[in-house]
Amino acid sequence: MIEIQKVTKYYGKMKALNNLNFKVAKGEILGFLGPNGAGKSTTMNIITGYTPSTEGTVKVCGLDILEKPREVKKHIGYLPEHNPLYTNMTVMEFLGFICELKLVEKKQIKNHLIHIMEQVDVADAGNRLIKNLSRGYRQRVGIAQSLVGSPEVLILDEPTVGLDPKQMIETRELIKNLGKEHTILFSSHILSEVKAVCDRVVIINRGEIIAAGNLDQLSRKLRNGSGLRVAIAGPGDKIEKIIWGVEGVCSVEADDSRDNGAVSYVIKSGRDIDVRESLCFALVKAGYPILELQFLDMSLEDIFIQLVSDEKEVNR
Amino acid sequence: MYAVLKSELKSYFNSTFAYVVTGFFSFVASVYFFMGNIYNQSLNLSSLFSTMSIILLFIVPVLTSRSIAEDRKNGMEVLLITSPVSLSGIIIGKYLAVLSVFLVMTAITFIYPVILFIFSRPAVIPLAGEYLGFVLLGAAMISFGVFISSLTENQVAASIISFVCLLIMMIIQPLGNSVGGDVSKALNWFSIFSRYDDLNRGILGVDTIIYYLSFVFVFLFLTIRVIEKRRWSRG
Repeated sequence: MIEIQKVTKYYGKMKALNNLNFKVAKGEILGFLGPNGAGKSTTMNIITGYTPSTEGTVKVCGLDILEKPREVKKHIGYLPEHNPLYTNMTVMEFLGFICELKLVEKKQIKNHLIHIMEQVDVADAGNRLIKNLSRGYRQRVGIAQSLVGSPEVLILDEPTVGLDPKQMIETRELIKNLGKEHTILFSSHILSEVKAVCDRVVIINRGEIIAAGNLDQLSRKLRNGSGLRVAIAGPGDKIEKIIWGVEGVCSVEADDSRDNGAVSYVIKSGRDIDVRESLCFALVKAGYPILELQFLDMSLEDIFIQLVSDEKEVNR
Repeated sequence: MYAVLKSELKSYFNSTFAYVVTGFFSFVASVYFFMGNIYNQSLNLSSLFSTMSIILLFIVPVLTSRSIAEDRKNGMEVLLITSPVSLSGIIIGKYLAVLSVFLVMTAITFIYPVILFIFSRPAVIPLAGEYLGFVLLGAAMISFGVFISSLTENQVAASIISFVCLLIMMIIQPLGNSVGGDVSKALNWFSIFSRYDDLNRGILGVDTIIYYLSFVFVFLFLTIRVIEKRRWSRG
């Protein structure tokens, strides 16, 4: 559905994107992850035809954005980063304007709007001025705007930024539902969010793709190298010795917090080694029960640090 | 184009903005009409039109400053450009919206000739020429204002810059005259106001009409180029 080949973008002398390649298949929800300033919005602006790329080709539905911009734009619904709205209009007026802009047939506008407004759940606010709406509503109006004209491809640039947790969950659900009918490219810098919504991710940093693929595989692969937090009841020094005895353990750090006589340890192991089983057996054998065991969730920053350091290793 | 025109007109007339500007214009023009024509019992509207062209100098920058600058500021520009409407369609739509507000203002002034016709028989053709000249001058000034609006995202800056530039355009003519010679001739040829004076005096030349229309065309074209350039150079 979306094909990006060798896309490079310069802003003056600054290289914003470097040789980007990826595809989004039909019906897929692709998460586009990266820290702020990584080039997510630039990529999206290029796909939607707002900014042209310096080099490379972008094809949406098999059509090149630079050769047939108008045709391509008909197939794309875009929610830009700052969610542009005419705040002096009512929701209905604004969406009506977008319908005309997207060349929806006059006769169909009314039914189309009713359908969209139900889909994103803003039907009750149809006659309210946008400036009086809450942030969550505005964001949904923004998503409604991108749905006008029933485009096959939806491009959503950080649709959950600035929402409260409940609205975030609702928006994610909404995106998931939309994924049944549309191909979606959706950017975020929150890992858990992407996890909840997407089938596949592309991770980008400083204008380059540093990882791409199925999220489960990716996070499992990354997780192995990270840490475990284990709460164990028993005397500290002995337990530490046992943990060190388990094969594959690289570091053990005791947490100061004591909870009902249990001490928490942060255990790190080598890459691709799962120490959980042997750790468990070793401790049980010695008579010290594990009260709690959890993976340390990697923040996006951790993933970046890891991916970037991996990349350096590979280069060496 | 039609969609943009419609939404722009809505936003002008849904706010108090267009009404305040139109009211201001009508008030000042009416005062001058009363003083110059009713009180002096004169049939000659040309001095009134000269005055109205000076009022335009203040009103046009206010009307045009928001047209493109605002969309750029609130990000609407991205949405417009990524919609399947051509950029020229968007710009022409915006231009026509401001022009329509101006035409509404002009239409209100029809009341002055009507008053004159009630009391007397003014000559129709010069009057039509005066109106044509006024509309052409307004159309040209608006295209310039729209162009300035595309250069900045700050509306206040846009209106000040267009005001200053239009003011310069107005004073280059007397300035050139004081220098004299070919400079004066050249400046007179270029000045949108000296052309207007010709029309106002009842000299209607095809070249004048073409001059104004090409003025509008050039500045709308430049506006489109400015936005295109910005698209290519940064996001």
